[in-house]
Amino acid sequence: MKKNALLIKNARIIDPANDIDMIGSILIKDGIIQQTGGSITDSAPQIIDATGLVACPGFIDLHCHLREPGFEEKETVASGAAAASRGGFTTICCMPNTNPPLDNAATIDYVNTLAARESGRVTILTVGCITKNREGREITDMSELAGAGCVGFSDDGSPVSSSRIMVLAMLKAASLGLPIIDHCEDLELSHGGQMNDGWVAARLGLKGIPAAAEESIIARDIVLAEMTGAGLHITHVSTGGAVKLIREAKSKGLKITADVTPHHLTLTDERIASNPVKPEESPAFDTLAKVNPPLRSAADVEALIQGINDGTINAIATDHAPHTDEEKLCEFELAASGISGFETAFGVLMTLVHAGKINLNTLIARMTIGPSRVLINRFGRTGTLAAASPADIALLDVNRQWIVDKNNLLSKGKNTPFDGYTLKGTVVATIHRGEIVYRNSSPGIAQ
Amino acid sequence: MSMHETKSWPAGQGTMLPASMESWNHKHILDLDDFSREEIDLVFEIADGMVEILARDVKKVPTLRGKTIATMFFEPSTRTRASFELAAKYLGADTVSLDAAKSSVAKGESLIDSLRTLQALQVDTIIIRHPCSGAPYLAAKHLETKIINAGDGCHAHPSQGLLDIYTMRKQLGDLSGRKLVIIGDIMHSRVARSNLWGTRNFDIKVILCAPPALIPYGLKQWTENCGLHHVSIEHDLDTAIEGADIVMPLRLQKERQQSGLISSMREYIRLYQVNDARLSRAKPGAIIMHPGPMNEGIEINHDVAYGKRSLIEQQVTNGVAIRMALLYLIAGGKIR
Amino acid sequence: MSEKILLNSSDIERVLVRIAHEIVEHNKGARNIAFVGIKTRGVPLAQRLAKIIQTMEQVDIPVGSLDITLYRDDVSSLSFKHVVQQTNVPFDITNKHVILVDDVFYTGRSIRAALDALIDLGRPETIQLAVLIDRGHRELPIRADFVGKNIPTARNEEIKVYVSEVDAVDKVAVMRQEGGKNEHA
Repeated sequence: MKKNALLIKNARIIDPANDIDMIGSILIKDGIIQQTGGSITDSAPQIIDATGLVACPGFIDLHCHLREPGFEEKETVASGAAAASRGGFTTICCMPNTNPPLDNAATIDYVNTLAARESGRVTILTVGCITKNREGREITDMSELAGAGCVGFSDDGSPVSSSRIMVLAMLKAASLGLPIIDHCEDLELSHGGQMNDGWVAARLGLKGIPAAAEESIIARDIVLAEMTGAGLHITHVSTGGAVKLIREAKSKGLKITADVTPHHLTLTDERIASNPVKPEESPAFDTLAKVNPPLRSAADVEALIQGINDGTINAIATDHAPHTDEEKLCEFELAASGISGFETAFGVLMTLVHAGKINLNTLIARMTIGPSRVLINRFGRTGTLAAASPADIALLDVNRQWIVDKNNLLSKGKNTPFDGYTLKGTVVATIHRGEIVYRNSSPGIAQ
Repeated sequence: MSMHETKSWPAGQGTMLPASMESWNHKHILDLDDFSREEIDLVFEIADGMVEILARDVKKVPTLRGKTIATMFFEPSTRTRASFELAAKYLGADTVSLDAAKSSVAKGESLIDSLRTLQALQVDTIIIRHPCSGAPYLAAKHLETKIINAGDGCHAHPSQGLLDIYTMRKQLGDLSGRKLVIIGDIMHSRVARSNLWGTRNFDIKVILCAPPALIPYGLKQWTENCGLHHVSIEHDLDTAIEGADIVMPLRLQKERQQSGLISSMREYIRLYQVNDARLSRAKPGAIIMHPGPMNEGIEINHDVAYGKRSLIEQQVTNGVAIRMALLYLIAGGKIR
Repeated sequence: MSEKILLNSSDIERVLVRIAHEIVEHNKGARNIAFVGIKTRGVPLAQRLAKIIQTMEQVDIPVGSLDITLYRDDVSSLSFKHVVQQTNVPFDITNKHVILVDDVFYTGRSIRAALDALIDLGRPETIQLAVLIDRGHRELPIRADFVGKNIPTARNEEIKVYVSEVDAVDKVAVMRQEGGKNEHA
């Protein structure tokens, strides 16, 4: 299909994959980047004057839940795709804990069919199950899942508790050249746990999930990955101890990567007891801040930021986990875990940039080339603005303030703990394969 | 009867004018974490007036006539529920009790729906007990109706905390410099937590005594972060009870052994039971309190439970007076 | 707010002696009578009356105190600001002539509450009402049997009785204030 050429000019181009941070233009033709640079003289029928905006590769999310099939009341592939576009994402990987789960080629084919309908605005990739029905007992026909196009294997939401099964899965995944993406949780240590095992849990009388529940399984997985030679991706890392384990493993040259979520980088367990925008509700027992792994302590948050800065953590992934209002409007212990994350991710992460904790280029790297490299570039050349790459681009206004209103989310899941927060930094437009697929209705883009 | 009753007045109250209610600012009673010392003193002063009513032949005043108070218990309880219902009835309110454990929950109705139904039925105050920590906060957040927490999960039991401190004060007078030892399953105890908040403005020392597995991991940091500097932890009971003025063993649920938190009842009894020998290390006038129901022979032995230092029955009686005071303060006016 | 003294210490003493005599005369002696003061300032007044009669008649007269907070009809209203205090009537009122004592008699609502409170404690032979000041403005069909002084007032005036046991001074004053205050006296 022939598409019109598009020229983005006067943008601050940040492309960490190519070490570019300059004012310049990006020329797009047929959905492909033709040229990126400071002195493009060509014109195009469609021109975006991006003065004052940042242009970077479209964000890549290694970890989200689109809920289809089985939980369409929480999210559909279509509603999730719309939300992702608004968040600046151009490639997202959906987790297999659907109903039925993505543990066979037919179900993956089904999701791929739904994904194809959205391919005009976002590239949706699937993650296949490690074990059948995510029960941790028998590994799936992983080669069949790989054939159906899955980018890796995960029983996300549940760990693979049996070390023997994990060894078998890693051997198989290694032979297919795909990573194991593990949700690391020792279910015995976390049993009945509702939140981080710390002072807030003691105060609220809620059972804690110790950091050790995550770290002990990460330690095991590292040992098993070394033994099997498998690629291991640790998802939604939440503790300082976990960062340390991953850092050590990487220093030994193991094929280990990791991601962390925006909420684990910006919130602590205290958010469950109190909400800065509703100080009168205290203790709040705020189910919107219930997530697994749980929000941790301030020291953990500092360690995660450190991990982002020193490269221990390769990627930021949203763990976008939409739920219905009913699943959150209940007792804390009965509430579903998860945060609807696509649409707030960039604004939330910018608080770290404005606070001077992460620089903008590092942040963009962890949302673009970082996750792209976890995917080993087998699934398209993403996360870069180099010529001949697919034209997946996010246009950002890093200084524009906005107030999160959960009712305005495009996602069906309105479950955000950031409701009412004032954020500084927003996605102005998202371009997928050369098409503008999302545009912020606020002024700022000249045709 | 002599007429020279005159000396009891004004001697008892000095020349004190009635205390002001202006400090009272609670629409709900959810925990003691937001109670000032003045507010606790106000509750106690009103409870004193209620004690007199409880001593009458006809225990009924018309104060809350026409008010409806619902008890909604999602957890089996006889004493707390009876205490609240009697308190409401003595004040002239109508009560309705929903055995929530049996009714709506079995039908799959959500808590918020059950509560909204009660609100639609024009109930003035809902007294709620729930096995999940924080459940009354959900009610308070989403309802206009006034909520009293009668125990939520492991989190809080404010009326119990108040009646405990009230009982201590009646028996010991000034609590300054006193030493309270709370023994047992601190991890799962809402009574312990509410006592920690409630005592923080009384210049009293609280020692929590339990096996390490029954103390929440973050407890020490909690006390440091939230100004509960009067609280300390001691795992050895013989050390903890030394010189104590108030000894409060907590009920030990049998499930704690099944889940491995204690290795055996025998060991627990040997290390943590409050008996005469242990009590001899406390102060000579030390008092025994227990939030009930007791496991006699486990956390407390029979002689101590029914001995002359035991205030366990007074706690029950005072509980009604405290709950009358709370209902008076909460159910009376429209505080908004 | 201006304050004007209506009765001083010796005025109050004289008034109480007169009421005491009327009570004895009305009840044909002091046998079987008891005093119950309404908190707060009715209580010392009841004690003084009892003491006067005790000296006159050489009999013991029981005195109790009544807190009417729980019997008020405005508990549910927005403005309630009353701390419940202890009622202390340490004798059986059944078959006694109970003299209820209050400082200021105004709308009658306090007395209505006090009658309910008293009747919950037993069944007196009679209940009689003695007040130091009657300022009028009754809202209920209640009258006093013994009145120290009638003082016609405006609604926006406040009668303040000071008794030495509570206020360290004996006096009765009238205060005029801005606007009407719906005092439940």
